[in-house]
Amino acid sequence: MSAKRTVLVTGAAGSLAKRVIGKLHGRYQVIAVDFRRKVDTDAGIPSYLVELHKRGFEDIFAEHRIDAVIHIGRMFAHEKDRLQRYNANVLGTKRLLDLSRKYGVNQVIIHSTYFVYGASAYNPALIDEEAPLKASEVTQDLVDSVEVESLANIYLWKHPDLNITILRPCNVLGPGVRNSMSILLARPLVPVLIGFSPMMQFLHVEDMAEGLMLAFEKNKPGIYNVAPEDYVPYQQAVEECGCRKLPIPSIPPALPRSISSALNWNAFFPPYLINYFKYPVILDAKLFRQTFDWKPKRSLNDIFSYYRKQKLLAKTVRP
Amino acid sequence: MLRLDQLHLRERALAYLVTPEIEHLVASIPKPVGSFGYDPWGYNEDRFKVALGFCKLLYDKYFRVTAHGLENIPAQGRLLIIGNHSGQLPMDGLMVGVAAATNPGGPRLVRAMIERFFPTVPWLGNYLNALGGVIGDPLNCSKMLEMDEAIIVFPEGVRGSGKLYKDRYKLQRFGNGFMHLAMNHKAPIVPVGIVGCEETMPAVANLAPLARLLGIPYVPVVPSLLPLPARVYLNFGKPMHFEHAGSEAEVTERVEEVKTELRHLIDLGLKERTRIY
Repeated sequence: MSAKRTVLVTGAAGSLAKRVIGKLHGRYQVIAVDFRRKVDTDAGIPSYLVELHKRGFEDIFAEHRIDAVIHIGRMFAHEKDRLQRYNANVLGTKRLLDLSRKYGVNQVIIHSTYFVYGASAYNPALIDEEAPLKASEVTQDLVDSVEVESLANIYLWKHPDLNITILRPCNVLGPGVRNSMSILLARPLVPVLIGFSPMMQFLHVEDMAEGLMLAFEKNKPGIYNVAPEDYVPYQQAVEECGCRKLPIPSIPPALPRSISSALNWNAFFPPYLINYFKYPVILDAKLFRQTFDWKPKRSLNDIFSYYRKQKLLAKTVRP
Repeated sequence: MLRLDQLHLRERALAYLVTPEIEHLVASIPKPVGSFGYDPWGYNEDRFKVALGFCKLLYDKYFRVTAHGLENIPAQGRLLIIGNHSGQLPMDGLMVGVAAATNPGGPRLVRAMIERFFPTVPWLGNYLNALGGVIGDPLNCSKMLEMDEAIIVFPEGVRGSGKLYKDRYKLQRFGNGFMHLAMNHKAPIVPVGIVGCEETMPAVANLAPLARLLGIPYVPVVPSLLPLPARVYLNFGKPMHFEHAGSEAEVTERVEEVKTELRHLIDLGLKERTRIY
């Protein structure tokens, strides 16, 4: 038998995980897992439809000798309600870490988000990994992201044998990405808060996949921000993506939140993310760049041009 | 009929403010920006040019600034400019900014610390960021010094800018934060004595209860809501270098050293000044 390491990848239906699986395939034995649907995979990649916090998940660990886990799968706010999301994300991650211990997994990569830092008017720019995670201060809806992190942190220090690496990327965009920001920028008409255009960072999904691969192959446990050294105000990004701007009143702060709930913008401009369209969360990713010798290959313009072209295409198809 | 847009008012105003001289100065400022012309804090070269063009007019025509010792500002590398604060509105910071940005020995972008409530005000927050302002967080200062930027700090803070006219040119209590920054990041300190800004907005009283009610640092009683055209004198001192200190008492001693130098520079300006307005 080959001595290939076996890697379990969660969130396999998503664009990022698909790319990671593509890169792993051949060099490693890959197992694909998703809670949304059973993913069609290449020959030789077992694929499972399973919820992480449910019974069936352990069977996968029992059946395959898993060496490493790349935990990308996350339930977004627009997919289920808050309780289901909490169960899937927090309890699911806890389960994943416990099973990893039980079955002798020796490496876990966790895909987190920059949302954990929270968007506040008092944020300094170039936030380091040591900054407090203030997201839950602002809204209950981000509690799950912060708790996944604190869980992973506890395991990181308590169980060094798990070799946990936590990655906190900025906005990841690109073909097939279904997070809030990507859904937003794919729309023709996009809400912007009057008088606010915070600086933002964007990363191409392919660069993020390469970052995940480096973190996996170099195995240097710890917590890392992942972002490019390039910055653009939100409203300019909206224009660059070929969107028209829909200005909505920004004060009092409750007003844009009510507008978002009333118009059911949960999938792309949810009430609890409004502060991220108002105040900046700019990451310092020096540690990641230096530790893993990583540099994004795609520019901001490369990222935005995908969304621009999609819109042009839609126009020519529907005259 | 004459249409407003035919007058090209915007273009004319821009051409008037952003002179070739300003273009040249901004182009020679050592300041890296990203692919869309922004830095991490939202500084934007194009907006900075327009503001510099306007402030240069204030500098030359309104406050008629006389600056000495500009050669003490290094053309590149991290730097803390430490000044005395006065005049209710931050005209002193603006004038030092213009002096540094138009320095014939090598123009510099000077980053200023803005009040923490500004980012919550629509447009204003983003606009001040575009001009190089950042909220006064020690982390911001550290990151900027590491990126070899120049920062202006008024260690008196609102104690200085909000003081009454009867206390003019009396240095208020200094915080020690700037000295820690200078030592930790091995950044030289260039002191600047600012004379004239006290007279731009002489306050006879401070309506402290009203200020508390509004959640702002002070509400001065002033003869004019616009700054008066006082002549401004800037005296930049020689760069001061400080090694790591053993104790906080030693840090305070060094802060006193900077204060003494500042007093001397302020006195130079006061002696030079023959008329206030």
